[in-house]
Amino acid sequence: MLWGVLQFPGSCDERDAVRACSLAGEARLLWHEDPDLGGVDAVVVPGGFSYGDYLRAGAIARISRAMESVAEFAAAGGPVLGICNGFQVLCEAGLLPGALLRNEDLRFVCRQVELVAVEADSPFLAGIEAGETLSIPVKHGEGRYYAPPEVLERIEAGGQVAFRYAPGQNPNGSVGDIAGVLNEAGNVLGLMPHPEHAVDAMTGSTDGLRLFAGVQGAFV
Amino acid sequence: MKARVLIRPKEGILDPQGKAVERALPALGFDGIEHVRVGRMVELEAEDPGRLAELCSKLLANPLIEDFEIESIDGA
Amino acid sequence: MPEETEMDRHSLPRPGAAGVASKHRELGLTDAEYRLIVEKLGREPNDVELAMFSLLWSEHCAYKHSRKLLRRLPTEGERVVMGPGENAGAVDVGNGMAIAFKVESHNHPSAVEPFEGAATGVGGILRDVFALGARPIAILDSLRFGELDSERSRFLLDGAVRGIGHYGNSIGVPTVGGEIYFESPYEHNCLVNAMCVGLARQEEMVRAAAAGVGNAVVLMGASTGRDGIGGASVLASAELGDGDEEKRPTVQIGDPFEESKLLECCLELLERDLLVSLQDLGAAGLTSSAGEMAAAGGVGIDLDVDRVPLREADMEPFEIMVSESQERMLAVVEPAKVADVLAICEKWQTGSAEIGVVTDSGAIRVLRGEDVVGEMPVEALVDGCPLYDLDPAAPEGWTYGNRASLEPGGPAEETLLRLLAAPSIASKRWAFQQYDSVVGSRTARRPESADAAVLAIPEAGNAIAVSIDGNGRRVACDPHAGTVEAVLECAQNLACVGAEPLGVTNCLNFGNPEKPTGAWQLDRSVAGLAEACEALGVPVVGGNVSLYNEGPDGPIYPTPVIGMVGELPDPVAAAGSGFAAVGEAIALIGPFAPSLQGSELAKLRGELGMGLPEPDIEAVAAACSLVRDAARAGAVSSVHDVSDGGLACALAECAIGGGIGCRVDLLPLLERGCTPEEALFGEASGGFVVTGAAADLESLGGGEVAVLRIGETGGGEIAIGAGDAQLTVSVGDAGQAWSSLSDRLG
Repeated sequence: MLWGVLQFPGSCDERDAVRACSLAGEARLLWHEDPDLGGVDAVVVPGGFSYGDYLRAGAIARISRAMESVAEFAAAGGPVLGICNGFQVLCEAGLLPGALLRNEDLRFVCRQVELVAVEADSPFLAGIEAGETLSIPVKHGEGRYYAPPEVLERIEAGGQVAFRYAPGQNPNGSVGDIAGVLNEAGNVLGLMPHPEHAVDAMTGSTDGLRLFAGVQGAFV
Repeated sequence: MKARVLIRPKEGILDPQGKAVERALPALGFDGIEHVRVGRMVELEAEDPGRLAELCSKLLANPLIEDFEIESIDGA
Repeated sequence: MPEETEMDRHSLPRPGAAGVASKHRELGLTDAEYRLIVEKLGREPNDVELAMFSLLWSEHCAYKHSRKLLRRLPTEGERVVMGPGENAGAVDVGNGMAIAFKVESHNHPSAVEPFEGAATGVGGILRDVFALGARPIAILDSLRFGELDSERSRFLLDGAVRGIGHYGNSIGVPTVGGEIYFESPYEHNCLVNAMCVGLARQEEMVRAAAAGVGNAVVLMGASTGRDGIGGASVLASAELGDGDEEKRPTVQIGDPFEESKLLECCLELLERDLLVSLQDLGAAGLTSSAGEMAAAGGVGIDLDVDRVPLREADMEPFEIMVSESQERMLAVVEPAKVADVLAICEKWQTGSAEIGVVTDSGAIRVLRGEDVVGEMPVEALVDGCPLYDLDPAAPEGWTYGNRASLEPGGPAEETLLRLLAAPSIASKRWAFQQYDSVVGSRTARRPESADAAVLAIPEAGNAIAVSIDGNGRRVACDPHAGTVEAVLECAQNLACVGAEPLGVTNCLNFGNPEKPTGAWQLDRSVAGLAEACEALGVPVVGGNVSLYNEGPDGPIYPTPVIGMVGELPDPVAAAGSGFAAVGEAIALIGPFAPSLQGSELAKLRGELGMGLPEPDIEAVAAACSLVRDAARAGAVSSVHDVSDGGLACALAECAIGGGIGCRVDLLPLLERGCTPEEALFGEASGGFVVTGAAADLESLGGGEVAVLRIGETGGGEIAIGAGDAQLTVSVGDAGQAWSSLSDRLG
């Protein structure tokens, strides 16, 4: 299968995402100005500081031509993974509910965290059992997930919470310890932690591979 | 029209920046300051002021988490 | 060869002489220097020329007091691809790849505005590296502040760490290592030294020399404003005192997003072979870039300030020439390729403008449209600055004061916990967790997991290790020995992860070289640096000097900061520093001969004074080789170098890192002739703590390098016997003490 990783001015982890996706198929970069997604089977909106996080993180990137195509791709059921800044872009684009705010202690935080998978119906969670823990690094300054009470109730009840930080591991004050959120259809996942940085034993854990492999498995 | 848009976090949303500012003030000798909210300000000149509100809610502010207020600067 | 002139720099103006310009003094030039400029120009300089000379002839740009000393440093070697004089140094790492690296200071701006000072320090060093055509792959930083009980120091620490994080994280280059120290001599003059490491294909690397008469000079990146005008001479060549509030306008503001675009643009331009040469704009902006490019190429350059994209209206020519606006690069481009260059800049949304031309005039000419508003011979501007000899004299005794906070004679447990909790020794987790250390997917060893950062270089089929280590207090005790120790510390850190040193960069942070003690410190330190690098066979490929770091209480500790890069064959094999398993043997390797002189314990007891034992470089080098080979062969399961706080602290750090205790007897070390207290808390070069199977460790011994079996891992306590002294501390309590800095800072 072919993964497409978006690249905006200011993206940082797009090459890391390409490297990770290449372990679960083939992968290429998609330039933000190009509306043609090149026939990819899945899209990754990567981490970084697209457009310098100007105005609000992800606010400008979501307007790009490529993101318009991604919205269509998602509406048609295509798998879309937004990592960190990518999660922010997807929320700004309205493809995912809620928003990401400044970390509670106002500091950027980079450390390994334990995530707990929640029961959810999504190709990203194929091959990951509910309740399983994954060790994945976070690195962000604006990762506090927020949704107004009615929205929060709806996504909790509707099985749209995909991952939570393990007890005591919430690095940013996210409501409900939420680390990852799905859209209603389950094909779009937004995740604050970076699975693309957990695919190689040399650099740490390999738990992140499970997410990419899950989609690849579901695709075949 | 010259306009100034004030954007602030919605009531009820935790504003750690506001809290940090509030906590720092007594040490400088300013007591009795509460409910500090930290937001953003955008200034612009618009040929058609009629579409300003739409522009604000589509880009300058995120209506899910922010409120905005448009002020005219040149009295128009 | 540029002519050097010994100048009487204490000359006073002739009293009552009408028309003697004193503008030059406000800009930091001495009367004698001004007269020399007049002589070289054959006339009085106008404002544009005076501004440009004042910057390029400042200490910060011209290295007036250090250049002669730096000539002592060994700069050549088989693996050197670029030596001093280019934007950064570079070494061959195999398979046609090179590692470019350099360290630079941004001390004075950071003392005034720590966030922007540190951020732009990172921005500047990144540009130095990608100006060579190397993609930055790592950042490290060395920071020194006053003691933490000072609110000012906490303010500076907080700002600097946020600034480094802001810039490095936003541009997507991992910050993989560093050090932070707290000592009162840095109270009024903090040190912020930023190091960058980059990777390049040797055939794609580019030099800075301008070439090709008729070639275009193109300015790329951000627009030019009034940032840092006069920054170099006003801030960096003068001691900080009252009134630094007014210096705030001269502090530069950085934009990492702008730099990210500029970086991608430059690398693509180089990949497509569109540039003749490239130079970053740092201190003294267009003046130094154009000047240095022209000097290196033996050519002249004409620049038209009207064609420079400006951020502020009505900027005068001299302002445009000395502006230190960030995120700008200068390139020389063949006329036929200019259109392509501008198109690629457009693609990356970064500014670009053709602002000048390379000439054979041997002069820098500043034009405003048709009018020439400044004209100086390149040689006079760049190399004509007088170089000064120092007037060194050793101090009478210890001049930095003492402040006791620990009574001698207390239980060894208490001493260990106090040392582990000392801010200079304690875990710096609070700081490095604010840095992205994983972007780029190369980081095999994250901060505090091993003694050096390890980065995979699959392009060359191997890996590199990087360490940055400075030394201030001990260099004050003995500048020669202390500096040798700093170099050895780097080599030891690299050996711990199995790396062989390839090259060194250094930043010399010192006080006023015009004072006899300052001169003595600088002179002896550079001698030590040269001797250590020569003996280790590691060339110095670049560096930086920051002088005049003095405040109302006197000078900083003389602080050479060494950045060293080494190579290792396999990043996966690199052992960590924490104990790896229960029931393994522990050995002390190396000629470790500890002394309390200059130690952290001596500091806590208020017993600092002059003098340090001189390290045995050869013996330490032999130990490094042994440890390096053992680490590569997988014969050791963990390796940790003994440094601040001595052997007891090193063992405690290993225990905390691995979550495993140890039972150790230092009798073999006492037999070498030190006291129990020296064995526990004394400091020196040449000590490695290693663990592994008893047989494996034993087989390391028997040669010229001492291998002392001292104990075994296991249990929940750190139990160390040293003759009459005994200590037992739980791993939990030790961990708490070691984490206390991070806990305290929140």
